[in-house]
Amino acid sequence: MDLNRTNHHRFDLKDGKLVVAHILVAFIALLIGGIAGLLQTMVKSGTVKLPYGIGYYELLTAHGILMAIVFTTYFIIGFLYSGVSYTLGGKLLPIVHRMSWLGFAFMTAGTVLGVIMVLTGKASVLYTFYAPLKASPYFYIGLALLVVGSWISGWGIFWQYKYWKQTHQGKLTPLFAFMSVVTFLMWQIATIGVAAEVLIQLIPWSFGWVETINVMLSRTLFWYFGHPLVYFWLMPAYICWYVIIPKIIGGKIYSDALARLSFILLLLFSIPVGFHHQLMEPGISSFWKYLQVVLTFMVVIPSLMTAFSLFATFELNGRAKGAKGLFGWVKVMPWKDVRFFAPFMGMLIFIPAGAGGLINASNQMNAVVHNTLWVTGHFHLTVATSVALTFFGITYWLLPVVTGRVLTPRMNKLGIIQTIIWCVGMFFMSGAMHLVGLFGAPRRTAFTTYEGNADAAAWMPYYVFMAIGGTVLFIGVLLMVYNVFALLRAPKGVEEYPLGEAMESAEATPAYLDHWRLWISLSVLLILVAYTIPLMDMITSTTPGSKGFITW
Amino acid sequence: MHIHKLEKIWLTIGITMLFVFLAILGVSAFAMGVKPPSEHHHQLDPAKVQETAPFDNPGLHQIGDNEYEAVMTAFTFGYAPDKMEIPLGATVNFTVTSQDVVHGFAIPGTNVNMMIVPGEVSHVTHTFTKPGEYLILCNEYCGGAHEYMKTTITVR
Repeated sequence: MDLNRTNHHRFDLKDGKLVVAHILVAFIALLIGGIAGLLQTMVKSGTVKLPYGIGYYELLTAHGILMAIVFTTYFIIGFLYSGVSYTLGGKLLPIVHRMSWLGFAFMTAGTVLGVIMVLTGKASVLYTFYAPLKASPYFYIGLALLVVGSWISGWGIFWQYKYWKQTHQGKLTPLFAFMSVVTFLMWQIATIGVAAEVLIQLIPWSFGWVETINVMLSRTLFWYFGHPLVYFWLMPAYICWYVIIPKIIGGKIYSDALARLSFILLLLFSIPVGFHHQLMEPGISSFWKYLQVVLTFMVVIPSLMTAFSLFATFELNGRAKGAKGLFGWVKVMPWKDVRFFAPFMGMLIFIPAGAGGLINASNQMNAVVHNTLWVTGHFHLTVATSVALTFFGITYWLLPVVTGRVLTPRMNKLGIIQTIIWCVGMFFMSGAMHLVGLFGAPRRTAFTTYEGNADAAAWMPYYVFMAIGGTVLFIGVLLMVYNVFALLRAPKGVEEYPLGEAMESAEATPAYLDHWRLWISLSVLLILVAYTIPLMDMITSTTPGSKGFITW
Repeated sequence: MHIHKLEKIWLTIGITMLFVFLAILGVSAFAMGVKPPSEHHHQLDPAKVQETAPFDNPGLHQIGDNEYEAVMTAFTFGYAPDKMEIPLGATVNFTVTSQDVVHGFAIPGTNVNMMIVPGEVSHVTHTFTKPGEYLILCNEYCGGAHEYMKTTITVR
């Protein structure tokens, strides 16, 4: 296979600088967001009061934006660019290299502007910025720059991919690059919603050029983007699970074709599903809600395929190493290799995390958990554990690869310790959130006893457990940030880019999986079916809009 | 594309379960009427809530034999009316709107949980079969004193 040939070249160190820049911003965001997170759990449990007039909701806004948007997006772009550079020619085209730096500049300008607005109290609107809460227009401009920057970086990936295809006629594109293109295609289609909300609705309204805003429309555009956002976090983790992990454990990719098919299904079923975040609100009829619930659940199919493929890789590899019995293959997995251990823990935790997600999306069942701490617990398992641990696991080999260094046994050990700390912290924090959420404790709420209400008093012990978990997690953040800087000072050497190959027995990949026009058309068709009528209903609504409110 | 026999079995069982589950959700929503709350009913000018019926007269109104309509408005940072007393076993139809930003409306320990969006009216029905004090709280961030936004219902 073509992959064999490209498998053992050195990483281009000029592209490496680009990757390092993205990874560093990601972990700086993790550190600042982590400080905000720690303080939140302390305040919420009544352990500390914030000094100097710092507000809980400023911290909450900063935490959400820095963790969910900045950490993830920068890491994803850095990671995907590394794989695109490595598998599509071993070097980025000069124009692609420039595009990526331009994207980086836009994103960083936007992040700095947005975070300044939040920390100076001009945008305590949380990372969902629901109108008619009205932030400073410069907050929205910061967000717009962040999104536009990510577009430019995505276009760079498309460019490199197209060039490779033109110069490698008739050849199968490398799996990593294929998956990167699907990820950014999905991101491109999904961010149209939030871009429309920010550019057409929020910015003119917050400058005062228009007096009122259509609130239902803004919420719907937001959630058109808000759910695919979680797949944008997840798909790069899947790339690691599908392409990287098989190589690290010394095995092969179970099936190249099925891996591609599952990514196409993720593209199709990640976008026309935003209403499942709006099940409990007025303005959308039950029929359209239910239709999008059905589309949401279709994601179960690629998830089942992924689970099967990953465990098939593990088991076949274990048996090839001579493991006997039903579960003998579990023992021969490289538990002491952080490049495997951290993403594997992420994978394992994705099982309960995904199950929780099914509950959230279950139409009327959502009433039990909507806007409770259960939901916060849920996404701290998905993005903050499954995705974050996978990204941490990637960091341990990615930084050495792109800087021409090696992962030392000491760093490997620190990585294992960091992973365990993270799992323990999350067990306490997310576990307590899930439980107390079932009792109705609201999310996004500072310390309160609701004037000594008995129900609310019973939630307090869980908040203490959240604070304990939050403290452990903060130690995990500090150790991770230390690890990142230590990896950048590791001894020089050659670390392999762990890129899996498909099993020899696997069949050739069907060409239709690479037919982008077909998949984009299908995706657009599904979106039109799911959204046209309810959106038209909102746009043509005669309800007067809302003027803005600054309520913090 | 070749799919392994075991994977076919795995996917068949999984996808069958998926569709049975979706059918249950659909039947309970459309045949039995257990839909998510706050369907599209009617809209109003969010700047004129206090002049628009029925929100010009918030409170508990008897509409049948042990059945009431609770007309309520949500605002930063509270609800009108401030307190309500409900007879044991009463069915209450909540009709709620917002005077300003988006709010939540949840009663812990029940399935009452909905979003209150300015310009829209949200509806949910609940029958109170146990006596006691019920907390209504805002579970959607609405501003600096969001954590104080609540009211109570006494069922006796």
